[in-house]
Amino acid sequence: MDMFPRQSSQLNSKGKGLVDGRVAIIVPAYNEEHSIKSVLEELHSQNPGNWDIIVVNDKSQDNTLQMALEQPNVVIDLPINLGIGGCVQSGLLYAYHNDYSLAIQFDSDGQHVANEIKTLLWSMAESKADVVIGSRFISSFTGQFKSSFMRRLGIKLISLTTTLLTGKTIKDPTSGFRAFNGAAIKLFAHSYPVHFPEPESIILLHKNNLKVHEVSTLMNPRLGGRSSLEKKAFFYMINVLLGMIVSAMRPQEKYKSLDEV
Amino acid sequence: MKFDATVDIDRFQILAVIGSLFFLAFITYLVRKKKLREDYSLLWLFFGGIFLVLSIWRESLEYISRTMGVAYAPAAIFIILIMSLFMIMIQFSMIISKQANQISMLAQEVALLRLQNSDNADQESEIKP
Repeated sequence: MDMFPRQSSQLNSKGKGLVDGRVAIIVPAYNEEHSIKSVLEELHSQNPGNWDIIVVNDKSQDNTLQMALEQPNVVIDLPINLGIGGCVQSGLLYAYHNDYSLAIQFDSDGQHVANEIKTLLWSMAESKADVVIGSRFISSFTGQFKSSFMRRLGIKLISLTTTLLTGKTIKDPTSGFRAFNGAAIKLFAHSYPVHFPEPESIILLHKNNLKVHEVSTLMNPRLGGRSSLEKKAFFYMINVLLGMIVSAMRPQEKYKSLDEV
Repeated sequence: MKFDATVDIDRFQILAVIGSLFFLAFITYLVRKKKLREDYSLLWLFFGGIFLVLSIWRESLEYISRTMGVAYAPAAIFIILIMSLFMIMIQFSMIISKQANQISMLAQEVALLRLQNSDNADQESEIKP
């Protein structure tokens, strides 16, 4: 089914004509009370009408939940903390059960730019990919925030491993700014990598013959607080790489029935 | 009577290498069948790797036992193995404790939701005459 029937000339500035059906903007949130309000406001202002903002609260200890409830969002309030993997997966499960055509992952820390969602949608329409990743590292916008040297080095290493394991070059494999189509939603709705979902999911997509495309998008520097990863960067790296290798061991998913997990 | 405590090292070494490879293959099988989560699989793959290295490279075993002050090399393996198993067990106990708490919370959440549901149903049936 072609869910992108309209040509680009018929789009309004927010890209409303791009998609047939509803889009789930999944916003995973854990203790982001400083940034979530502005992130959600930005998303609502950019909504061309067929988006649903789905906030998944990963049992935050602060006021994140209250802030999410203040606006017209779908709020999934998890009873236990599942981590980023389980949190995003909850959003994808909701998208799967509620017949969304597309899902977008949009982080609640203010790094992602709502105006760039249409970039992901355009790229998906053009490339016919199943997942489109918004990348900081493709073309160089002047002044594009690219994060610290150590992190860039780490990301390069992860990118190299991705190329080794899948044959496809993804320059920003840790980017959470992604669009998922129906096939990708179905793949991940019941099973999504728990610890390092961004790079590991790329490998799983490759294993299941789903197409991944990368497109250049603008991103902001981190708004609130330091990344919790800065401290033990080295061990994190080893864990990511090993996790990716383990993901590469998994065979292709074969669903006989939709309830088979 | 002289007590000969040596083992047939070569045969044992071959067994050890084969055993380590089987162990790694088994863990890989469990991962592919999704019976092991990635995080725990890493733990056992790491141990399998260590066993393999120790069984292939005999000198490492000798070196380790000398450093520990143990005269009989296989005894050093037992000590390391037992200590490692203890640490793994303790870690598992911590994980089990955390999961028990989570299950408790989920059970209570479900019970409260059931209550809320039946309260809502009661209210609705009161509204309809």
